[in-house]
Amino acid sequence: MVKNEPAPRPSHHVLPFEQPIEDVRRRLHELEDLATQTAHDLSEEIEFYRDRLQRLTREVYADLTPWHRVQVARHPQRPLTSDYMRHLFTDLVELHGDGYFGDDKAILTCLATLRGRRLLLIGHRKGRDTKDRLSCHFGSAHPEGYRKALRKMHLAERLGLPVVCLINTPGAYPGVGAEERGQARAIAENIFQMFRIRVPILVVVIGEGGSGGALGIAIGDRVAMLENSWYSVISPEGCASILWRSAERKEEAATALKLTAGDMHRLGLVDEVIAEPVGGAHRHPHEAMERVADRLEEWLDQFCAVPVDQLLEARYRKFRDIANLEASAQVAAQAAAELDQEASVHDPDAETAPEEHPAD
Amino acid sequence: MAWGRLRRKRDMPGGLWSKCKDCGALIYTKELAEKLHVCPKCGFHHTVSGRRRIEITADPGTFEEEFTDLQPRDRLDFVDTIPYAEKLVLAQEKTGQADACFAGTCRIADHPVVLAVLDFSFMGGSMGEVVGEKLARAIELAEEKKLPIVIFSASGGARMHEGAISLMQMAKTCAALQHYRHNGGFSISVLTNPTTGGVTASFASVCDVMIAEPKALIGFAGPRVIKNTIRQDLPEGFQRSEFLLDKGQVDLITLREQMTETLGRILAYTPHARKQPYAS
Ligand SMILES: [Zn+2]
Repeated sequence: MVKNEPAPRPSHHVLPFEQPIEDVRRRLHELEDLATQTAHDLSEEIEFYRDRLQRLTREVYADLTPWHRVQVARHPQRPLTSDYMRHLFTDLVELHGDGYFGDDKAILTCLATLRGRRLLLIGHRKGRDTKDRLSCHFGSAHPEGYRKALRKMHLAERLGLPVVCLINTPGAYPGVGAEERGQARAIAENIFQMFRIRVPILVVVIGEGGSGGALGIAIGDRVAMLENSWYSVISPEGCASILWRSAERKEEAATALKLTAGDMHRLGLVDEVIAEPVGGAHRHPHEAMERVADRLEEWLDQFCAVPVDQLLEARYRKFRDIANLEASAQVAAQAAAELDQEASVHDPDAETAPEEHPAD
Repeated sequence: MAWGRLRRKRDMPGGLWSKCKDCGALIYTKELAEKLHVCPKCGFHHTVSGRRRIEITADPGTFEEEFTDLQPRDRLDFVDTIPYAEKLVLAQEKTGQADACFAGTCRIADHPVVLAVLDFSFMGGSMGEVVGEKLARAIELAEEKKLPIVIFSASGGARMHEGAISLMQMAKTCAALQHYRHNGGFSISVLTNPTTGGVTASFASVCDVMIAEPKALIGFAGPRVIKNTIRQDLPEGFQRSEFLLDKGQVDLITLREQMTETLGRILAYTPHARKQPYAS
């Protein structure tokens, strides 16, 4: 169906590796414009370029390096927590503040409803325009952000609402105020307490999973990553500047850190990878968000049915045994087998023809 | 295995004289060791190795090391300037130990406890799989034996060479501590110079009592990172123990020479020491 639909024409931010795609797209649009101004029938040429655009996008995106994925995860048009909030959730009641110090805009906490299911939505907020981004510190939370999240989780616990956490942060904010107010302790306390929150917690890394700043709201019964998100102990730039003594070596660091969704899943550090539409979530944001919603819907139904003590025991065991030293050889062998089959990667493309995905 | 057999003098190695890292004074090395590596001129508490820490903290001859079979490995095939696998071998040769953590049972001021110690001399005390696993097992041992646990930290944070496996050790250690706490456990965290990053942002900050040695650098982000981010000079004494105490982040600051006694005075308040049924 996309065949008859115009290719997206937003004022797209083009990543360096996307340039060949962009060139074909531009050529296609020139032809389409020309077709409206001339009597000649250009439909064959247009059809040719449409096919080519699709094929090329598929090819380029089938072969991304870890650094490419980091770039996609940071793409300015990639859907943010605020987009998910608006597009997927209804009956929103945003709740502000940690009750002690302030309201950190870098973490959103909101009563929300997903397809009829009431829950607490928590997410890192990066902001879209410059003013927004500054007020959110580009998604880097302060201690009051983590404390706000914990406070609302305790509220969700009392109300019996499951918690959904959307992760998208380059890392917790490194600053004087953040240290004064106990950044380390705030993150630690969240990780520690989330093992005892007596409602299901579902986590999706939608963009950047920057270290402790991500983990501070990422202890979940289910932890998934979008295909082109990253999750790591340190940003590639930070790692490069420490180990290579130059932030310019970020591409090598990105590869070395094994920070992609595929690697994280193979290592047994996340439960699932959610496939993005071909060409990345920034190209088809609505489709990408709907895929996340589909998975969330399934998990909500699944985990809300589990008796709470059993839920907590499983949450504890999952992180207690994560990357288990003795089990690691087993896990690696298992992961390798899974890699062959790609069985547990949830990929809607495998079930439906990619052409059927509606463009945004 | 008895730890004593492995004991070596590895602190402030080399010459007859040592230089204080804070005031620069030259101190007779033997005198510095006698003073528990605290500068007699300015009182600066130098970083000590894990073995030395156990030696100066535990009651003599009481430490029984556990979990000595845990060996680190390079699961990511991580290479920067040299392969991580080679770095591990170098660090093991330098220190004569498997990784950056010791754990076992001992007595402190006559109180039986589980003691875990991070060792800064092994890759900056960084937490990878072995450190996280050993801490988790130590916490579980404390739970099983119904003992308090005392954890000394000296660490640059999570070990980058193990990628997100290191990151997840933050979750693992907190999971174990939560389980222990929920079942009546009591934990003391002692923060020593320096303790930053993923260690401060996990187990080291969620113990029941938090003690710091004087003037220790303790924080989440390193001072250089903060300085580069905010492009301002940092306040005097920023991220030092006294700063943390002032900001309400630690319970007390204790001199090294008084550490064992202070731990004993706190441990005396635990249900275990009071011969009361273990709280649950
Ligand atoms: Zn001195």
